Amino acid sequence: MNIIGILVVFLPLLGFVLAGVLGEKFGDRFSQLVTCGLMGLSTAFAAYLFLEMGLQEKTMIIPFFTWIQVEFFEVSWGLQLDSLSLVMMAVVTLVSFMVHVYSVGYMKGDPGIPRFMAYLSLFTFFMLILVTAPNFLQMFFGWEGVGLCSYLLIGYWYDREKANAAAIKAFLVNRIGDIGFVLGMLTIFVLFGTLDFESIFVLMEEHENDNFLFLSGQYHGLTLASLLLFIGAMGKSAQIGFHTWLPDAMEGPTPVSALIHAATMVTAGVFMVVRLSPLLEYAPVAREFITLIGAATALMAATIACVQNDIKRIIAYSTCSQLGYMFMAAGLSGYSASMFHLTTHAFFKALLFLGAGAIIHAMSDEQNIQKMGGIWKYIPVTYAVMWIGSLALSGIPFFAGYYSKDMIIEVDWVSYLTIGKLAFVLGLAAAILTAFYSWRLLLLVFHGKPRANEVVMSHIHESPLIMLIPLVVLAIGSIFSGSVLYELFVGEETSFWGPAIFVLPEDEVIKAAHYVYGWVHWSSTIAACCGVALAYLLYVFAKSWPQKLAFTFRGIYTFLCQNWYFDELYEYLFVKPSLKLAKILWEEGDQEVIDGLGPNGLASLSVAWGSVLCRLQTGYVYHYAFAMMIGLVLMVAWYVWL
Amino acid sequence: MATLPLLSMTIFLPLLGALAIFLNWGKGGQAQANNARWVALWTSLATLGLSLILWINFNEASSSFQFEDKFRWMPLLNIGYHVGVDGISLPFVVLSALLIPLCILTSWSSIQMRVSEYMIAFLFLETMLIGMFSALDFVLFYVFFEGVLIPMFLIIGIWGGPNRVYAAFKFFLYTLLGSVLSLLAILYIYFEVGGSDIPIALTTPFDPKVQIWLWLAFFASFAVKVPMWPLHTWLPDAHVEAPTAGSVILAGVLLKMGGYGFIRFSLPMFPEACAYFTPFVFTLSTIAIIYTSLVALAQSDMKKLIAYSSVAHMGFVTLGIFTVEAQGVQGAVTQMVSHGLVSAALFLCVGVVYDRVHSREIAAYGGLVHRMPRYASVFMFFILASVGLPGTSGFIGEFLVLLGTYQVNTWVAALAATGMVLGAAYALWLYRRVIFGVLIKSKLNTISDLNWREKIVFSPLIVGVLMIGIYPMPLLRMMEASVANIIDQYNLALESENGLGDEKKAMEMALRR
Repeated sequence: MNIIGILVVFLPLLGFVLAGVLGEKFGDRFSQLVTCGLMGLSTAFAAYLFLEMGLQEKTMIIPFFTWIQVEFFEVSWGLQLDSLSLVMMAVVTLVSFMVHVYSVGYMKGDPGIPRFMAYLSLFTFFMLILVTAPNFLQMFFGWEGVGLCSYLLIGYWYDREKANAAAIKAFLVNRIGDIGFVLGMLTIFVLFGTLDFESIFVLMEEHENDNFLFLSGQYHGLTLASLLLFIGAMGKSAQIGFHTWLPDAMEGPTPVSALIHAATMVTAGVFMVVRLSPLLEYAPVAREFITLIGAATALMAATIACVQNDIKRIIAYSTCSQLGYMFMAAGLSGYSASMFHLTTHAFFKALLFLGAGAIIHAMSDEQNIQKMGGIWKYIPVTYAVMWIGSLALSGIPFFAGYYSKDMIIEVDWVSYLTIGKLAFVLGLAAAILTAFYSWRLLLLVFHGKPRANEVVMSHIHESPLIMLIPLVVLAIGSIFSGSVLYELFVGEETSFWGPAIFVLPEDEVIKAAHYVYGWVHWSSTIAACCGVALAYLLYVFAKSWPQKLAFTFRGIYTFLCQNWYFDELYEYLFVKPSLKLAKILWEEGDQEVIDGLGPNGLASLSVAWGSVLCRLQTGYVYHYAFAMMIGLVLMVAWYVWL
Repeated sequence: MATLPLLSMTIFLPLLGALAIFLNWGKGGQAQANNARWVALWTSLATLGLSLILWINFNEASSSFQFEDKFRWMPLLNIGYHVGVDGISLPFVVLSALLIPLCILTSWSSIQMRVSEYMIAFLFLETMLIGMFSALDFVLFYVFFEGVLIPMFLIIGIWGGPNRVYAAFKFFLYTLLGSVLSLLAILYIYFEVGGSDIPIALTTPFDPKVQIWLWLAFFASFAVKVPMWPLHTWLPDAHVEAPTAGSVILAGVLLKMGGYGFIRFSLPMFPEACAYFTPFVFTLSTIAIIYTSLVALAQSDMKKLIAYSSVAHMGFVTLGIFTVEAQGVQGAVTQMVSHGLVSAALFLCVGVVYDRVHSREIAAYGGLVHRMPRYASVFMFFILASVGLPGTSGFIGEFLVLLGTYQVNTWVAALAATGMVLGAAYALWLYRRVIFGVLIKSKLNTISDLNWREKIVFSPLIVGVLMIGIYPMPLLRMMEASVANIIDQYNLALESENGLGDEKKAMEMALRR
């Protein structure tokens, strides 16, 4: 078992090294084969582990060697395999494998194929390190590593100004969140004296009421630590306030958006929150905050998604919104529901992105859905899988999203926290919008009259088989993953999560969620149907209405189109002032004040004094005699009066 | 083996090489230059070998000085030749010995003028540096400490850029000013202790009131070297004008003299003064981290940008040292070693393109990745190490320092942590402007990728950065006992003294509850 766990994690790294070092020499085909092959192996092993260990509810920690040890601070490298990490491993490797294969077709003709494949594999390695980390610091290693790969892949087309800007933005926004992560980690260490998950979770009750002095205020230690760590999660999972990097990240190639910015990396924040369930259970205030942020993000991102015209940006905002759902549930102690949604979401969101990639390919790199339309019969397979993805995303019964989203809505309802009811309302509202923008996308892209020019229309073609196979695999997952995993993940009697997820008896929401009123159970489905109907109304039956609405409510419309003005606000509040301050400190602070008063000032001062003293040496004897006289008088005076 | 004066051999071998180059004068021309290069390279490599032998034979468990060589130099004045290394100085000895051969390699073809003199300067510098880190006698220490200035002054002033004379004098006068004050302090200590032996002075208790003055005198000297804000303005100028190898050694080793001095002298000899001045140092360090990171953002000159980033990184060092926590101090030393590798490598990276294009302006570049993919990868690697990405040495140092600081003062730690963002901002922005984008400048159309010599120069640095990042234990274990010893001594002194120390102790206790 040990060796298989190690292979799952390190085979992608091997792929990175081989493709990165030898790719240039042996060519594109070699790097594609080696990365896809190793990724496939890794996926097979991860599946085997899931079946052998996950389903048997076995856990283990594979220790490697000490990383850092100073006095009583000690952290080691290792792999922690329990149901939580096994699920993540299975999801990550499967989606990553599909994206690897898809990329072979999608990136055809690109000059940097070895580099691209190497980055994808490197990303997978870091992601696997993140999910199998037995301590905070190794998790942070993976955390920053995936951030790095995200940076590299967003900026993959380095000639593009926009891609470079988006890459740096993503890295910096994540780093701001990471300050929270680091400070949270430090707080944990000061409280518990260790960073190992197992040891911390055992000591939790002992430190339940610890207080902590932070920035001249006294706080409840566990709440403080949870909140700080959650700031890190907000950055990585693009939650409200930190979400601005995600839409821009769509500058990267589409397979990257599917793998990193939809299915895996952005869910790292959710994974962390679930991993920390034993901590969060003792920090109810932090959990309420998490729910609030999740609910707010779910709604905010959904509203923006409704007015976007870039196909990838719509799906990106949708990702933001769905991540909000996951946090919503996690904050209300429905950790397994949020893991469930994470899993199904990975399938249908990766599917939607890869489908969008196929559409963009077919439309000669057009991304604006207003310039598409009427293309369904030319690309039937893509059309079908996009339907499946949208059905799953909207939560239409018996598709994957239905089970997981429904569970989250029910968890919202049954939670005794007041914030739960708010989450319930916002969640339903977001569900209507989700269905609406999904069908807006489908209808505008595939139906109606073609709005693209003839050149583009004549080039429309179905994608090659190597891109269709991953789409079909993910489509199957989007249909069945919900129903198949339902009992295992959130069933009433399931013991699948074992020690990996800890819930206090009074917070047991998953069991209660099975006994809600019928209307609560069906509310999310009804909401979805409303959204679909609305989309049909506006984009099939009354096609002039969207423009009229946009005109009538142009205040709201521009507000949404400008993404709630977050970017402008940050530009105004942080970016410009920092650059200005930088210039001031450099020109005024360093050059004027420090150098002016310091070395240069002293230098000119000594030159000035030198010239003054020079004048004393006139060369006339009577001047010197006079000076001597004055000196003599002063000396005598000194002796006489003292 | 044990009978050989290994440490003294390590110190003076470079001087021997310098002598060999000097004796081989006369011939002139290309032959003499080549001769000088090879002699310098082999001498420095042999020195590196010796320093590694020191490391292998070093006893990690002991906190006392090892490989001691001692003989009476000026017996009437009680001044001796006394050298030895412990876990704090050995990393710097190895670091110096590692960087000098790289400096010589990188100057192989870029220095064509007065090659023999140049090589002699570097070998002389190496002797001074290693001697400085291993001197156990104040007079000897001062000789080495000041001796470093001479070759460095010449390297900047002779082989430097257009404004080299201003920079060389600024560098020299700034550091000399500090050193003069520390000389006064050394004289005081000499008369107080009755000799100049450092191990004896380290265990001599000083009156807390006197400590304040002595501490300030040493501070003047070390703070300039680090350099701490606001005494840092000599560094960007010196870097900009210095030849590549000069910058490498300046950033790689010279800046560490300050941090080393604080750990070696200030902490053990003036514990009360250290406790008294801790808030002062914390303030300066925090300002350094934020202020110079911002200033780095505004730079248009690559070397200046990296120089300012050095000041910010060294802010973490002074922060870590004055936490007087095991994590903080070990983190500070790790950060110094890491910075020695990373900033040296970054200056080498600038040197690579400077040799080809002869411009340090960021605006003169752009789109280099098209012509220099290998260079782009190497540069990216060190940019990330500078940013402190986990898995590189930069992370270990910064994290340990933050860990130590957080236990003492959360404000300082939180403010210092913003350096993570600012550091990423200027570093990635620099990289984007130089490496990414479309290659439009005609000068760059024929630029060539790394040659084999440059690859050799970069490889040990890459290995070092990764090793410390993934498995820093050899380094941490090396210094563990010595650092623990210093901290114990420090705490003991504060506990026995009912003076200035109590407040800080009480505050620490309150923080830890």
